[in-house]
Amino acid sequence: MAAIEILDLEKSYRVGFWRQRPKLALRPLRLTIEQGEVFGFLGPNGAGKTTTLKLLMGLVFPTAGTARILGMGLDDPRVKSQIGFLPEQPYFYDHLSARELLNYYGRLSGLSAKACSARVEQLLGRVGLSDSAGLQLRKFSKGMLQRVGLAQAILHDPKLVFLDEPMSGLDPMGRREVRDLIQQLRSEGKTVFFSTHILSDAEALCDRVGIIHQGELRGVGAVAELTSQTKGKVEVIFVAPAVPAGLANLGADARVSGDMVNAVLPEEQQEAALELLRRERLKLISLTPVRNSLEEYYVQKLRPAENRKGASA
Amino acid sequence: MNSRIASIAFNTFREAVRDRVLYNLIAFALLISVAAILVGEISIDIERLVVVNLGLTAVSLFGVVIAIFIGIGLVSKEIDKRTLYTVLSRPVRRWEFVVGKFFGLTGTLVVNTFFMALGVFLALLYVAHKFEKADVWLLAALYFIVLQFLIVCALSLFFSSFSTPLMSAVFTFALFVIGNLAEDLRGFARMTPGVGGGLATIMAYVVPNFSALNVISQVAHGDAVPARLLLYNTIYAALYSAMAISGAVLLFQRRNLK
Repeated sequence: MAAIEILDLEKSYRVGFWRQRPKLALRPLRLTIEQGEVFGFLGPNGAGKTTTLKLLMGLVFPTAGTARILGMGLDDPRVKSQIGFLPEQPYFYDHLSARELLNYYGRLSGLSAKACSARVEQLLGRVGLSDSAGLQLRKFSKGMLQRVGLAQAILHDPKLVFLDEPMSGLDPMGRREVRDLIQQLRSEGKTVFFSTHILSDAEALCDRVGIIHQGELRGVGAVAELTSQTKGKVEVIFVAPAVPAGLANLGADARVSGDMVNAVLPEEQQEAALELLRRERLKLISLTPVRNSLEEYYVQKLRPAENRKGASA
Repeated sequence: MNSRIASIAFNTFREAVRDRVLYNLIAFALLISVAAILVGEISIDIERLVVVNLGLTAVSLFGVVIAIFIGIGLVSKEIDKRTLYTVLSRPVRRWEFVVGKFFGLTGTLVVNTFFMALGVFLALLYVAHKFEKADVWLLAALYFIVLQFLIVCALSLFFSSFSTPLMSAVFTFALFVIGNLAEDLRGFARMTPGVGGGLATIMAYVVPNFSALNVISQVAHGDAVPARLLLYNTIYAALYSAMAISGAVLLFQRRNLK
């Protein structure tokens, strides 16, 4: 059974005051996420990531299509006890302390008072908020609020966790902590579906990614596959005060950085380049195949739309 | 009441208390103290009448203002601040959320009314130096005031489920004013023939009958409140509130939370 099956889910809003016209926020989306998978939903701002998450959470209703979560329909009341959700830039009841807020959410999730209290203390420790657990949330920094948000999303030990831009606005340490937490969830066998436009996070964390742009799913791929494909080029780094004269003849794109030279050249010229270094008595530092990056895949998937726009302009 | 509704109601009550809604009690205490002292100085033999009239009217107005201004923001504020997202992504049904918010606000108003009623009784004791047997009917008048709050809360929730907070406040306050004239409206409907009379009759029965829930003048004169009226008003307020809440739930049930 898949964790999430999205079956032609579509959303349009009516905009305008007098003469309302439909605005498509999400074109028919078909996507399957397997259990235990960390799936990154990538796209620029306004691409349709948050709309998709809101549809899955039942916060907005689809214009067409449907989805199943852990085999259950979106309107099945049992679904909500199996999922956790962190909205983008979450805002919580700031009259409550972190402990009170988590207890409130725990009770809403159906935990007993005793179980809830124990779980809250455990989670406060896990997200590093034990010392400020009694402080009202209006005194919390953005990073601390994000940690509270993560804690409330996993409070009731859900099988599936949805995170909307979990690293947005966090400092490097905050981002690192969120990454660690997602990795912990993966090791616990949870399914994580998170949206982001920070590609390095997706590359580090995801099993698969989906690229969405202008409400349309442009591509889905396994990160390991995408980044393991070589581009038929190698990168050679060696110690030299300047680029050796013969290197340009091998089709290399070289630049000097300090006392080292970094050159990218066709794979078939690899042996000739090594021979040149031996001849010139230059010290080789490294030789590695150049791989595709997620960024290139992302740009490639986004590009067709921009080309279309350019053509019509 | 299920545990989710109870949790939402308690959180709403706690929010109102921490947002210093109960600070209105200070203004009320000042008003009733000054009134009691002035009445004691200038009134002869009608101190009780003046204090009861003034005190209970103030209890009603303070409560209605709170009911309207918190009621209109009960759901809309949660949507604007997006606190609702993390609530509705849990096993909480939308109707449970609306009903929980309603109970939370009415709970706040009951506590508020309790302390204001205490103030009225203390002021009464100050000017009359003793309680009379007929003062027990003040409790009936206070109970009816609480029933008014139930209806006002339900109406503000209903209006806020489809209009802006400002318009919701205007609609609710307008209905409160018209509802206080409901008996006159019914009288006017009886006297008016034809289509106008029919429309006036419909209008008279659609608006909440707050005048039936206002026995302040009666109890100020020491008159008893019939048990039948207690029963009818209880049923009326429960049904009217339930209808308004149901309307709010129906509208909220299909609302897209953008």
